[in-house]
Amino acid sequence: MEKPKYPDSNIPAELSEEVIREDSMRPTRNWGLSTKIWLAFLFSVAGWGLYAYVHQLRGGLGVTAMRNYVSWGLYISTFVFFIGISHSGTLVSAILRITKQDWRMPITRIAELMTFVSLCFGGIMPIIDLGHPERIGNLVIFGRVQSPLMWDVMSIITYFTGSTVFLWLPMIPDMALMRDRLTDTTKRFDKFRKWLYTKLAIGWTGSKSQWKRLELVMTIMTIVIIPVAVSVHTVVSYIFAMTLRPGWNSTIFGPYFVAGALYSGSAIVILAMVIFRKLYHLEKYITYRHFDLMGRVVLALTLIYAYLNLNEYWIPGYKMATAESHLLHDLFSGSYSSAFWLCQFGTVLLPIIVMCFPKGRTPGSLAVVCTLIAIGAWVKRYLIVVPTLLHPFLPIQDVPSDWSQYFPNWVEWSVVMGALSGMVIIVTLYAKFFPMMSMWEVVHGAQVEESKRLAAEAVAHHEIEVHKSETAKAAL
Amino acid sequence: MEEQKDKISPESKEAGRRNFLKLGFLAAGLTVVGGGIEKVLSTEKKENPDTTVFTRDGKVFKADLNCLHEYTAPAVSNEEARRGIPGKKFVMVFDLAKCDGCKKCTEACQAMHFTEPDREWIKVFKMKDAETTAAYFMPKPCFHCDNPPCTKVCPVGATFKRQDGIVLIDDDRCIGCRSCMAACPYSTRFFNWSEPMQPEAVAHVTYSPEHGFPRQKGTTEKCDFCPHMIRDGKMPACVNGCPMNAIYFGDQNEDAVTNSAGTTVKFSQLLEDNSAYRFLEELGTEPRVYYLPPKNRKYPKPDLDSEGKEQKKDAKKPDMNKGMASMNM
Repeated sequence: MEKPKYPDSNIPAELSEEVIREDSMRPTRNWGLSTKIWLAFLFSVAGWGLYAYVHQLRGGLGVTAMRNYVSWGLYISTFVFFIGISHSGTLVSAILRITKQDWRMPITRIAELMTFVSLCFGGIMPIIDLGHPERIGNLVIFGRVQSPLMWDVMSIITYFTGSTVFLWLPMIPDMALMRDRLTDTTKRFDKFRKWLYTKLAIGWTGSKSQWKRLELVMTIMTIVIIPVAVSVHTVVSYIFAMTLRPGWNSTIFGPYFVAGALYSGSAIVILAMVIFRKLYHLEKYITYRHFDLMGRVVLALTLIYAYLNLNEYWIPGYKMATAESHLLHDLFSGSYSSAFWLCQFGTVLLPIIVMCFPKGRTPGSLAVVCTLIAIGAWVKRYLIVVPTLLHPFLPIQDVPSDWSQYFPNWVEWSVVMGALSGMVIIVTLYAKFFPMMSMWEVVHGAQVEESKRLAAEAVAHHEIEVHKSETAKAAL
Repeated sequence: MEEQKDKISPESKEAGRRNFLKLGFLAAGLTVVGGGIEKVLSTEKKENPDTTVFTRDGKVFKADLNCLHEYTAPAVSNEEARRGIPGKKFVMVFDLAKCDGCKKCTEACQAMHFTEPDREWIKVFKMKDAETTAAYFMPKPCFHCDNPPCTKVCPVGATFKRQDGIVLIDDDRCIGCRSCMAACPYSTRFFNWSEPMQPEAVAHVTYSPEHGFPRQKGTTEKCDFCPHMIRDGKMPACVNGCPMNAIYFGDQNEDAVTNSAGTTVKFSQLLEDNSAYRFLEELGTEPRVYYLPPKNRKYPKPDLDSEGKEQKKDAKKPDMNKGMASMNM
């Protein structure tokens, strides 16, 4: 077992530029057999999901378990979950950038990539849920800005565009480097890669004015992307909160969803950190210090989320107004109680306790805790969507038995699993084409550390000199 | 299901036709007619020119079939269907004291709109507000709210509020996101989850939001206050179908509502005299449907246990047959 050791430096200063570059780019050069098998597996799951979706297109949404009472189910819950984890990139990258947390450097790219892929598939979940996906153009032709769903469309498109740019901007100097390093283009595949890097580098030469411009654009994007991210999950909550239904009719749904998004999103970043650290041997870069600090971030976010959970359930639970009480009884002690309490204790309270201890913020225990958080966040989304729909104001009477209950069937599971593997496919392919660390930022970080070390050495040397001269004086 | 037949109007020129329509709308055969259905007159009828015709106000006379021609309901453009009938504000009133829960309104509605058996656009609930309070039947159509939560959230304006107060759905525009279903606090909306079952007769009719068929897979549907009937000067199906005369329908601007017995009363007076209320007034949706409290009921109350759940049905329940009729559509 690895013993916790907490290096003080953000990036080991002794690493030279070349070593850092080599460590980042090495995985992109070999497409081992395991990668191919892994991709084949992912593609078959995604293909199965696609088959299920085609089946749904043919037969209509009736092939799912959704019926007239539970008219939104696993698709919408997953939509909320995916959009939630897309907040990871903004948090780690933008918030830590703006607060000048230099330790973020080796993990920003992972975080930004998570945002990108979860938005890709979060964005298509509501389209999968449509009865008439081919009429999506009606949103443009007849679009109404008064509709919360329209707010979702607008903010998700904005956020998707923004985070794609935000993922790409810091890639530019790296792309230029990879373009220049790739000289042997005899293979067609390498030719394609060269073309890809050249396009993405958009003529980067590393001149002073280019660096200046990149820095400026990055600063602007950092500032702009934070309110956009907050707005996205706020309006996602509004598709529920703008209704009169007990359980959704809540004024704290905006912040509640944003907090839940950050809580699950940062947990996903840690999971990705654990996986890429192991797979790509990045132990030198993503150290215990990074896990410790990210663990503190997740702890803080989980505490906020727990506080909002308390408000969301304790306040109506204390008052037990008629309409709400039916839903709350079902959540607290009824058919959804085990899932509800497992979520609250197993995926909120337990992680808080574990992460309070330094040993709880090591890669191993964080991997377990963050898996719990990810699952818990997903189940919680489901618990927000489904039980509410099963407790309308008017009683559910004399309806076919499948109307008054809901559990996702194979079609929904297949489509969602297909979407999930689609996400992993993009991550895998990305990681096989592009470096998972922002090379120039890490190099810069290492240089900063090096100069810090030199400065410290100089100071120490000076002190020794002073001490020496003082003792010499005293001796005289 | 009863066979539906088309209206016939005299062949004589437009003016004559209009005059004739003023008398009332003709119905060939014995049934009240749904609009929009074309082509019903059979060749068999042409061999027998003398046909009994009767008007909506009950006048019966014989006419030469050659003087009659196929009547098609006035084509309502999509714009007109979205605008509504000028100068009207439709309202519905349910006298809960008269409702015995026979579900005849539901049957009439299902026949009129060719809905699937489990789609109850007007549904009769067995209500019991508290353990100590009385049970009662509550028929619930769409409330056609003046502050409709459903139309607000529709991203494409496929469901809309008309100037005559009616809330309709345009299935040709609906993208099937079901935001409106999530937003409706009264569980009024249904979704066509799969290819809808509907009779051949309506499957090829020109679609209009005013009658809602032919219905399409992947769109929502709900009670529409039968605007195609209202345009013809007729009552919605549920009003006509109520044997207890418990449902009143009319125009708020005229301050008059009428029930199936043909009794027309002053709308405001009816509400005033009976202390009418609207369901879940506190939600602020401003329903256009009013209820008169179930005071001094003359019929047995619904069979409910203390928790408001329906008791197991007695197999010998007398009105069992009534409920079955709607099922064999």
